[in-house]
Amino acid sequence: MPSFTLAVNGEAKTVEVRDPDEPLLYVLRDRLSLTGAKFGCGLGQCGACTVIVDDEAVRSCRMPVSKSAGKKITTIEGLGTPDKPHPLQVAFVTEQAAQCGYCVTGMVMTGAAALARKPNLTREEAQQALAGNLCRCGTHQRILHAMLRAAGKATA
Amino acid sequence: MIAALSRREFLQAGGALVIGFTLSAPGFAQRAARAESKLGKTLDTGEVDGFIAVNGDGSVTIYSGKVDLGQGLRIAIPQMAAEELGIGVEQIAMVEGDTALTPDQGATAGSSGIIRGGVQIRQAAATARETLIGLAAARTGKPAAEFDTVDGEVRPKSGGTGIRFGDLVGDKRFGVRVDPKAKLRDPASYRVVGQPLARPDIPGKVNGRHVFVHDFKIEGMLHGRIVRPPSVGAKLNAVDETSIKSIPDARVVRINDFLGVVAPNEWDAVSAARMLKAQWSESAPLLGADAVLAWMRTGPFDGDETLVKKGDARQALAAAKKVNAEFYWPMQSHGSMGPSCAVADVRDGNATVWSASQATHRFRETIAKALALPKDAVRVVYLDGSGCYGMNGHDDAAADAVLLSRAVGRPVRVQWSREDEHGWDPKAPPQLLSLEGAVGDDGKIAAWRTEMWIPKATASLPNMPLLALDAAGIAQTPGITTGLISQNGDPPYAVPHQEVLVHWLKSSPLRPSNFRAPGKVANLFAVESFTDMLAVAARRDPVEFRLQGLSDPRGIEVIRRTAALIGWQPRPSPAPNFGSGRGFAYVHYKHNESYVAMAMEVDVDKASGAIRVRRVACAHDCGLIINPATLKAQIEGNILQTLSRTLFEQVAFDRSRVTSIDWASYPILRFPDAPEIQIDLVNRPTEPPLGAGEASATPVPAALANAVYDAVGARVTTVPFTRDRVRAAIA
Repeated sequence: MPSFTLAVNGEAKTVEVRDPDEPLLYVLRDRLSLTGAKFGCGLGQCGACTVIVDDEAVRSCRMPVSKSAGKKITTIEGLGTPDKPHPLQVAFVTEQAAQCGYCVTGMVMTGAAALARKPNLTREEAQQALAGNLCRCGTHQRILHAMLRAAGKATA
Repeated sequence: MIAALSRREFLQAGGALVIGFTLSAPGFAQRAARAESKLGKTLDTGEVDGFIAVNGDGSVTIYSGKVDLGQGLRIAIPQMAAEELGIGVEQIAMVEGDTALTPDQGATAGSSGIIRGGVQIRQAAATARETLIGLAAARTGKPAAEFDTVDGEVRPKSGGTGIRFGDLVGDKRFGVRVDPKAKLRDPASYRVVGQPLARPDIPGKVNGRHVFVHDFKIEGMLHGRIVRPPSVGAKLNAVDETSIKSIPDARVVRINDFLGVVAPNEWDAVSAARMLKAQWSESAPLLGADAVLAWMRTGPFDGDETLVKKGDARQALAAAKKVNAEFYWPMQSHGSMGPSCAVADVRDGNATVWSASQATHRFRETIAKALALPKDAVRVVYLDGSGCYGMNGHDDAAADAVLLSRAVGRPVRVQWSREDEHGWDPKAPPQLLSLEGAVGDDGKIAAWRTEMWIPKATASLPNMPLLALDAAGIAQTPGITTGLISQNGDPPYAVPHQEVLVHWLKSSPLRPSNFRAPGKVANLFAVESFTDMLAVAARRDPVEFRLQGLSDPRGIEVIRRTAALIGWQPRPSPAPNFGSGRGFAYVHYKHNESYVAMAMEVDVDKASGAIRVRRVACAHDCGLIINPATLKAQIEGNILQTLSRTLFEQVAFDRSRVTSIDWASYPILRFPDAPEIQIDLVNRPTEPPLGAGEASATPVPAALANAVYDAVGARVTTVPFTRDRVRAAIA
């Protein structure tokens, strides 16, 4: 079976797969027990599976494991820990920016990548950055507030 | 007794679960498990021990039949219990929706979590408090009246040291019935209820450690996928099992027309389901979306029913200058972000199901019947799913997992694909409404008639018929479920002559189920759009027009507050400047629950027909507020989700299948579409708490339609408000 070595959250992980086209999402969730990234559509349409690969927010449901080797992969588990959360995670908790919470890890990963590019982004820029991430519960306002809080623009 | 798992097995099987909860709420499940193992848990809703256990360390475990679907009951119910018990909310853990541990408090549906679930537990907590004080009084020989409960202790009111709850009943039963007369604390003294406390599950959801049912694993578990037929109702003629032989560990399960695969590895299960070659019969039993409207007018029907009759609306309208309008609401999908998922372990005459079910106790009976097992041999355990706004596919996925697990004798996890979810989740039923009315010379509504064409729900249906059982040929009670979709078809305003007539359709074009504020979103779309049409006929300001018909001070207050919040200036519609407008709508939910008023500002682009919602204002009165932070989250969610439903959503289907099977063909609201929302909460501490999960969804479509009318002088009466529809209305 083909074997790939992935750099996940700063650790080298070697996985053997039957199918080199197995999406990174399944490798993370099923083989590495990193279940923070969620399956939402498998089509790259919703963003629930977002991880950061070489500083870019990437849909892990569409990225074959074979193309993930040799790249620096950060999942929500590596972005921050319960004891040392990423500033955007702190902002999400402060704003209570989750209802069911299924889409939230993808939001945080997409948002963190956007903030890394532009730390002081505006509301409109946050809206555009998250335009490809879907939320069904209607938590958009709180998520935007969390983004602005992390950008140093808390309004309340 | 629970035969499905021994106590020890429960603790072992719950291992993964314990890990998940530990990371998001330290100590949560350990305390729960300890209480459970020592107490021999009763499920009796009449017993304090059904709902509340004091652990040896003085912490408290609440057993709630109502579950947290993301609406915040996981903090709100502990707040209610903490207040009555006299203990910090951080000392309370809550176990939800486990048929082995939690009493049956009915489904978490219909905005009943607080109204019924929380109130029931509050009364148990008040009884527990009296019991604790009684024990302290007996121990000290002093009168009970000299004690209160504070910070987990029974303390003399005059001061001095108290006795910890754990020292009085720690790891023991209360052994008392819930006293419906146990005195509740005076709302003026509340310290916990009414506080915007943070939800315990959000840190874990934000750091990725929270265990959703999708993330739940148990030893020996296989991954399953269902192979759906290409058409609704198709029969499975043949399966070529050799078509998946390149995936060594994958295995086919077939039970009549139920077809699935299992594999130890998830991607292998997904791959096998895609590769498996199956021959299905042709099938075209559906109406097709284009034929729904004509079908609604022609039936077949299951009778008419007059729901409201005051005065003689027909006669009053016969002589009047009438306003008419027809409103149509299409079928919509729950559209949960995570496709439905469940884990089942069916072995040795027992079944355990981990599910995001809204009604674990009810669902247990369905599973027991399907498996021909005694009810006591089945345990259903709630785990968080992806947002559920009524019955999505969660029960279906659980039935899928149950059949696969029974077939292979191992635990099986089933997660649907996106196509499964959009294609096969039960849909909100279609609704057609025709309204006629007239205003009198005094500028008030003189007469009003509503006619509705809606599917009739099957009385006493035990469970929505499930896809897996249907396909496998396992008997289940036929019928349809819709929720109470005929409510709020009449105006909340004083109208001397009014009538509401329902034409009950015998079926629904696709399998229906309850969807948030069932039916009332469409009914209020019609009623409150029509109210504005009558205001236009009377040349009155829409807010003044509503207020003149209202006498309920709580309704009047939310209307006034909403108008103030958005800076409403009285004038009739449409607006003097084309392209920008404001709209208003009001609801007294079910005419006996929460009061909500809503206003919004929109821009409408004449050339494209695009609507941009700039700002939404909402005043909300649901009686006593338990937690204003989670309440606001519910209101925001109702507003944004219903804007999405109104602007974008309808299920497309042909004669054989649903064709809107992804987020491209079934678009929903995105971040650039999200308006600013302002909320004003009316707190009424001496009134009963009412529901908030649904009410504020219902004024959204009419507020939007009224704003569009105000902006462009044209009325949109069909959902969704697509650019084409808006352009056509303007033209």
